[in-house]
Amino acid sequence: MELTRRDAVAALAAIGGAGGAAYGYSRLRDDDSPEPSSPSDEHVLDTMQAVAEVVYPSELSGREAFVEEFASARLATDDHGAGIREAVAVLDDHTDTWYDEQFVSLPAVVRENALENLGADVADEDPTGSTAERVRYYLVNELLLALYSSPTGGKLVGIENPQGHPGGIESYQQGPDALDR
Amino acid sequence: MTDRTPVSDASVCVIGAGPAGALVADSLAADYEVVVLDAGPRFDPDERVDRQERAIRPYYDRPDVWEMGGPRDDHDASGEWFYPLNHARVKGIGGSTLHWQGMVMRLHEDDFNSGSARGVGPDWPIEYEDLRPYYARAERELGVAGADDNPYGPPREQPYPLPAFPPSYSDSLFAEACERLGIDMHSVPNARNSEPYQGRSQCVGYGTCQPVCPSGAKYDATVHIDSAERRGATVIDRAPVQYLEHGPERIDAAVYATPDGEEHTQQAEAFVLACGGVETPRLLLLSASETYPDGLANTSGAVGRYFMDHLFAGTGGVVDERTRQNHVGFYTSSSQQFYDEADEEFAPIKLEFFNYDGPSPVETALSADEWGDDLLGRLREDYGNHLGIGALVEQRPQAESYVGLGEETDNHGNPVPDVHWTVDDRALRTIERANRIQERILNELDAEITWQVGPDGTGPAYHHMGTTRMGTDPTDSVVDPECRTHDLDNCWIASSSVFPTGGAVNPTLTIAALALRTADAIDRSLDS
Repeated sequence: MELTRRDAVAALAAIGGAGGAAYGYSRLRDDDSPEPSSPSDEHVLDTMQAVAEVVYPSELSGREAFVEEFASARLATDDHGAGIREAVAVLDDHTDTWYDEQFVSLPAVVRENALENLGADVADEDPTGSTAERVRYYLVNELLLALYSSPTGGKLVGIENPQGHPGGIESYQQGPDALDR
Repeated sequence: MTDRTPVSDASVCVIGAGPAGALVADSLAADYEVVVLDAGPRFDPDERVDRQERAIRPYYDRPDVWEMGGPRDDHDASGEWFYPLNHARVKGIGGSTLHWQGMVMRLHEDDFNSGSARGVGPDWPIEYEDLRPYYARAERELGVAGADDNPYGPPREQPYPLPAFPPSYSDSLFAEACERLGIDMHSVPNARNSEPYQGRSQCVGYGTCQPVCPSGAKYDATVHIDSAERRGATVIDRAPVQYLEHGPERIDAAVYATPDGEEHTQQAEAFVLACGGVETPRLLLLSASETYPDGLANTSGAVGRYFMDHLFAGTGGVVDERTRQNHVGFYTSSSQQFYDEADEEFAPIKLEFFNYDGPSPVETALSADEWGDDLLGRLREDYGNHLGIGALVEQRPQAESYVGLGEETDNHGNPVPDVHWTVDDRALRTIERANRIQERILNELDAEITWQVGPDGTGPAYHHMGTTRMGTDPTDSVVDPECRTHDLDNCWIASSSVFPTGGAVNPTLTIAALALRTADAIDRSLDS
């Protein structure tokens, strides 16, 4: 199944300008922790593409354009964008320590191990939490939220109008055959 | 800078900008100087999509969506049954309609005569016929989508303003089973636009109605606050009323705090308390004086007493076919067949056929311990075969179920509300009865039952009722049949707190109808 830029636009329409995330990040910045180093937008987007390769199902095509469209818009929001950048920075710190490489520089097969080693697979998302919880919130769940609230991501599972997507009031009335139309 | 200073020469001061306060304010604003005070903020409509993200993401709890919680909203729950108050309400312009599901049924005729017809609680001092024209007005004001196809509902006089939402695919599965069992299904009145209505969009199917509708298709009370302001009303947000200054027969002023740490005094000829079934009695208790040592307007001792909610009963399972759940966040079919079988032994029951049973794939994904192909496999396995039936059940009014003042204090030093909630045996028996009906329907569908909420696991539907009950006798009720307090000549209460009994339908349409009726009473009083 193919993801499109229209899916990305739909996901952005569904979850908007990241005000929910801003709520968490603003609280994070109230503490005395040092300002994290801020990676470039290009590096952040490359990292999100690399994370998406791990967390998205293999039968999807069109992943790169979808992630670029969605992640660029989310990165452009002030508070939430800062949270994403910081999550990339702490993920890189982790892989530097364990693998002597930034996350994007790792072989694809090692990236999944790196995220699991960090605990991002079993962590609860938390924008103010541990490294694993922040990576889960700003990178892993950011991408899963975009995918599974989009029409194509929903159809993968069997629902054309997933929660968060303004897909109208026809599909709830239709039977399972509607998925094949 | 926002001006939060009092309005001079105000005729009417409304406290609370939820649906009751908004409708009263809107009804009176063209003819009187009206000021509305609300404890919470005025939310930016453009942020609703962001709030939807909070509703979906697992990090955020329900109160986070509309910024409930913290010292402003601290509360106690000293009763046998815990009451999660901040899950149950929103403070702000629009009140709890910002997070409600938007289901709007009329009470049944016998609900107004519960004592004489069912032997439970008092009769209301008004009849269904007294409220009937106001129900019709309320349906037009809220924009109710419905159909006159409920053979068990009270008599109607005119169509709903909007056509009903068509039944869902899963409704059609239930319908086959219910027909075989002799259970009648019918449509559900929704305060949600099935077509564009009065400048608001048709429902677009975001699926997060409860707790937030980004499109504005679901009615919320900002509609009537906006209208009241266009008619000249003044609405002051973030202005929690601390107490009511009063003499023996009249309220003189509402003393409210503002974010700059100041206190202001709003005078008016008439005061309308519209702060819901918890904050309304709390404000009266906080306004105790030498004249009213047990709380303002509390000569009867009934302020805060008889706290009721609706109890939830539910059963769900999985079947060997696709059921198409979670496309929308509201339900489209119900059954009130068992409602008027109520008596002393069993309470009224309203059945709800869910369109959102089982997991929402996106929410499952965000909490899963897998990703990639493993996650997709799990989502496909988990989603798609669920069916669920809910029910609301009436709770008997009991003096020992009450809203009082807690031992802790809020950010202004006032004692917090204490919801001391108890549930009666009739309600618990009725939950079991609802479960048995639900099981029969699911068994008829050959469903494997996977969950059930029975008497041991039941919880509240977040409908706060009964704490300033209506009656004709000043010794056992707080307000008269026109919702004016027995004790004070210029104080009205617009809220489900005036319900003497609760029935088993969602209360907001009755709140709205009573608010419109109360506005007429205030108009007559001021006019005279």
